[in-house]
Amino acid sequence: MTEFLQHLVNGLSVGTIYALIALGYTMVYGVLKLINFAHGDVYMVGAFAGLYISRGLGVDQEPSLAKAGVVFIGAIVICAALGVAIERFAYRPLRQRARLTALITAIGVSFLLEYGFQLPPVIDGEVPFPPGPTPRFFPEPFARVDFEPFGVHISNYDIVSLVVAVGFMLALQYIVYRTKFGTAMRAVSFDASVAGLMGINVNRVIVWTFALGSGLAAAAAILVAGSRPSINPLLGLLPGIKAFVAAVFGGIGNVQGAMVGGLILGLSEEYVAGYLLSSYRDGIAFALLIIVLLWRPEGLFGRVRAEKV
Amino acid sequence: MDLPKIILRSAVPLLIGIPILWIFQGAVGGPGGTETAMAVILMMAGINVILAVSLNVVNGFTGQFSIGHAGFMAVGAYTAAKITVATNSLEIVGIPTAVSDQLIFLFAMVAGMAMAALMGLLVGMPSLRLRGDYLAIVTLGFNEIIRVLIENTEFLGQATGISGLPKRTNILWVGIAVIVTIAMAKRLLGSTHGRALLAIREDEVAAEAMGVDTTGYKVRAFVISSAFAGLAGALLVHQIQLCTPRSFTFIKSIEVVVMVVLGGMGSVTGSVVAALVLSFALEGLRDVQQYRMVMYSVLLIALMLTRPTGIFGTREIWDMIPKLRKKVSS
Repeated sequence: MTEFLQHLVNGLSVGTIYALIALGYTMVYGVLKLINFAHGDVYMVGAFAGLYISRGLGVDQEPSLAKAGVVFIGAIVICAALGVAIERFAYRPLRQRARLTALITAIGVSFLLEYGFQLPPVIDGEVPFPPGPTPRFFPEPFARVDFEPFGVHISNYDIVSLVVAVGFMLALQYIVYRTKFGTAMRAVSFDASVAGLMGINVNRVIVWTFALGSGLAAAAAILVAGSRPSINPLLGLLPGIKAFVAAVFGGIGNVQGAMVGGLILGLSEEYVAGYLLSSYRDGIAFALLIIVLLWRPEGLFGRVRAEKV
Repeated sequence: MDLPKIILRSAVPLLIGIPILWIFQGAVGGPGGTETAMAVILMMAGINVILAVSLNVVNGFTGQFSIGHAGFMAVGAYTAAKITVATNSLEIVGIPTAVSDQLIFLFAMVAGMAMAALMGLLVGMPSLRLRGDYLAIVTLGFNEIIRVLIENTEFLGQATGISGLPKRTNILWVGIAVIVTIAMAKRLLGSTHGRALLAIREDEVAAEAMGVDTTGYKVRAFVISSAFAGLAGALLVHQIQLCTPRSFTFIKSIEVVVMVVLGGMGSVTGSVVAALVLSFALEGLRDVQQYRMVMYSVLLIALMLTRPTGIFGTREIWDMIPKLRKKVSS
């Protein structure tokens, strides 16, 4: 029983992270019909942005809650700006072109971030920029406290991470379904050209969608870096792909779907790896993906849309 | 065209190619692992040509986007490696050792192709029913699953892989494989099958409305493409004499995608030229390894922004030079 609960805790904490990243994929796919392959790398940039800010603030010498807040908000702002820049310079010029073109560009952007961050340093410092392939240590923003209710190991990081992630998801839910911007976003997602004719500024909606999605990725990165402090330029690769799988799972373009997909993926990975095949953890996501796509090609919450010629 | 004529036409490139390759082999590569650096580069370039041309069958002709080519390479490579390692000390009775070794290698390559084709069928059947970008993510997932499986299978040597492979790949084998691959692509493009693939690329819904069995054609193209990826894998591991999962990562798949995109989606000669140029360029860039992938990605983005269909587009080299064009088409 204890083991079961422990896996539940771990699965939830991984799952909410996948869900946060998956939200970025699903929103971008919703408005642009583009798999933003670079999203996982935006997540990685978020972790490094957090690292540089905490170095600047001296978090490792004297951690405090206020500093943790600054690191968190700062990383989100930097990544939101990065997301907007990627959209502006790489995706917008290709918006009218074939979707394949945009997909290949997205892969290009992803590789540029991954390998750009591994180049020899240009700006020297304690942690140079670019940071290079060596793993870096992310300083703990506040003291770790462990609890053991019913023999289940939980730290205050797990709790903060869960609360913050759920808070962000609820906020996003509110934005998408209760605000004017959310209505515009759903309209663009439904049909961008008609939404444009109805007086919606499509470009602005897309820019804000990228900003929101990338900000959420940065938030996820900081939450993860708190508990798994070793970061390197390739750390976005696997979580990125898995979060995409989670988004496809829930029906890509569907906000609740991405959350549920992320949680299902996190929990199933944790349980399968915990009870059956621990070394196959990284393969589980893809096996699940293939099964779900065969059974429901539109994902769990997706709607079937007829293809127009 | 009747059958003897078809057979004759298919054999012509090999009849011309083999003697030339033989001379080449003598010039740059001695027997038994004493080949020059030039020979190694040539073989790598040849393997890249096979990969690019075969991926072009799916990505270029059919317009589907597969990014798991390295997964099929791995299947072919491991199959062939297991066979050659297991039969290393064996020889077919009554034939000289050198010849029997080559025959076993040929068998291993064919087995690798068959296994990769089978895997292509298994992956392609379900995933090619999906539309659009999903194939990309499924093939990527397949690539990862293969890697995870290999790393967890003792029989395949886990992360360390299989070492001590006999050195069987030489210029002649690579050259023959290149000729066969290019001939396959060219003849496929000119066939009914190829026309159906092009129709699917241009407009899948319309092709289906015209009575083209889109899924069937896509699956067959995918299977052919995977088989040749398996062949390239088999050649690669018998060149470097080591078979590890590290040779077949997502990055390798992307390298091949870059070749196809650079050369032009749908242009056979474009793929060949791009594969050769990139192979030789990378050889020159060996001193600045860490910039290599950055250059790849910048190249990819710049190319997509300026020439979304690649340098050659869907045209072949001779389409660009009017005089040559007449000769080829007549």
